[in-house]
Amino acid sequence: MNDRDVQPLISVRHVSKSYRRGGQIVPVLHDITFDVQYRDFLGLMGPSGSGKSTLLNLIAGIDKPDSGELFIDGVDITKLDEGALADWRAGSVGFVFQFYNLMPVLTAFENVELPLMLTPLTRRERHEHVTAALGLVGLADRMEHYPSELSGGQQQRVAIARAMIADPKLIVADEPTGDLDRQSAQEVLTLMDRLNIELGKTIVMVTHDRRAADRAHAIMYLDKGELARAEDIHEQSVREVRS
Amino acid sequence: MLAVQFLKLILRNALRHKLRTGLTVLGLIVAILAFGLLQTIVDAWYAGANAAAPNRLITRNAISLVFPMPLHYREKIRAVPNVRSVTPFNWFGGYYQDPKNFFAQFGVDPLPFLAMYPEYRVPEDEVRAFERDRKGALIGRKLADTYGFKIGDTIPLQGTIYPGTWSFTVRGIYDGAEAKTDTAQMLFHWDFLNETMKQRIPRRGDQVGVFVVQVSDPQRSAETAQAIDALFKNSLAETLTETEKAFQLGFVAMTEAIVVAIRIVSFVVIFIILAVMANTMAMTARERTPEYATLKALGFSPAYVAMLILGESIAIALIGAAAGILLTFPVGEWFASKMGTLFPVFEVSRSTIALQIACAMVVGIVAALLPGRSAARVRIVEGLRAIG
Repeated sequence: MNDRDVQPLISVRHVSKSYRRGGQIVPVLHDITFDVQYRDFLGLMGPSGSGKSTLLNLIAGIDKPDSGELFIDGVDITKLDEGALADWRAGSVGFVFQFYNLMPVLTAFENVELPLMLTPLTRRERHEHVTAALGLVGLADRMEHYPSELSGGQQQRVAIARAMIADPKLIVADEPTGDLDRQSAQEVLTLMDRLNIELGKTIVMVTHDRRAADRAHAIMYLDKGELARAEDIHEQSVREVRS
Repeated sequence: MLAVQFLKLILRNALRHKLRTGLTVLGLIVAILAFGLLQTIVDAWYAGANAAAPNRLITRNAISLVFPMPLHYREKIRAVPNVRSVTPFNWFGGYYQDPKNFFAQFGVDPLPFLAMYPEYRVPEDEVRAFERDRKGALIGRKLADTYGFKIGDTIPLQGTIYPGTWSFTVRGIYDGAEAKTDTAQMLFHWDFLNETMKQRIPRRGDQVGVFVVQVSDPQRSAETAQAIDALFKNSLAETLTETEKAFQLGFVAMTEAIVVAIRIVSFVVIFIILAVMANTMAMTARERTPEYATLKALGFSPAYVAMLILGESIAIALIGAAAGILLTFPVGEWFASKMGTLFPVFEVSRSTIALQIACAMVVGIVAALLPGRSAARVRIVEGLRAIG
């Protein structure tokens, strides 16, 4: 048993967030507190406007809370400035978006290679990493294809390869199957499972789809910006910490 | 390596909307070409001043160029310290066959004049032939090429200032030592002009338009000019002596409003293409907001995103500039041929090319400033939500 086994990867403490819309302040998240252990797979569910995507953005370090603390792997990311936060994201988080968000002018290979451009790896090392990642998602034969030449499911698999290429501990996925047919969605979810089980990635996934959420070890429900309940599906270690 | 990927991304982005980029580049080509041509026209206006030599002074009637000076001034000027040589220099103002066939003709003392103007390169035998023939003429290469004149040809000119038909025989063709040398002129014997005028209109004999004065020491040009003018103080034809450059700039000053207007128009053209380019880049950046937000989410800095837009803008501007500059030469040649001898020197200068490149860079940079700033500042979550 090491530190990772006893300390959570994600520690959210009393986090609140509101937005200003048309001169009015709209609260989105209110006093959220919970932990996510290393190698967990957490599903975030809730109705539209419940704040689940906002919570995911805060965890991913692409938005900042109004108050509270957010420790990821021991780093309070609320204290990081923009530059430090960008560096932290580059090494610590992989992103999977609903609409894939691939660069249309780059091939599948080049899209996956993008995060590695921020590392000191040599061209040869990058090539090896990217080839392996695309092989893992079953797209070794589509490396030179542009996103427009790939199906939605294939594009999302490229996005998953891009999310894992820099070997981050945490992968955040915002409705990763929301734009896919059932077959493609299953393939993507299977891949997410593999990332979690085989590669030990901690995954936080926002979804509306109960079948997708069932792949997670635990599901956290948000309603009106508050943590409504947590479901421990496989007796894993998502613990809602009531303060 | 990052730089290679960066350039690759810039070029692929630039070629993403081929029609839009193509039209923008086309606009840039036209603007840079028009700017280059207009600047070259301005340069052509100043060609005389730019070709002026520091050791040459011009003495003219102080009242106006229209009024002549007596021929006997020549000997008095020649006696002034620091004066090495003097030649009369008379604007003839005739035309060849038709009034639209106009070019500059001057009556000069052949040998002193050619000694003063070493930039006129003439074979020795042609100089001798010109000097021997009182009705002979020396013409510039551009003039010869324009009208197809050859040595031995007779050039009949219809006089305007000096009435009647005048015939000259081409005895030599001079080339310019430099590109800025005017080779669209015709030179003939001032003595021939003077003798003919004495016969036709005696009161107009022994009258000189201007004197070209060569000095030994250009550093003493100012005191030499003062000394010349002092000689004729309180005479019927007081003189004004100035450097050849000042004399030429005086001509430019007469039409300065046109030169200023051309300059302004040339920069207005650049401003218009700047607006077009800025619009293109703003549209481009707005469409790609989710992509820039994605790059920032992946860890790329706001500066990197801004540089992507700046790089794309500069790349498009430079592609347009390169094509525009390359086209400036053939179009300039065509334009000069259509203008005949109106612009004796019409040469696309290095400074014009440098200005074209500088303008393209400014257009590229300024057009990307606001879109680049917006893309760099956009919040990632808002950028990801934006509809491209």
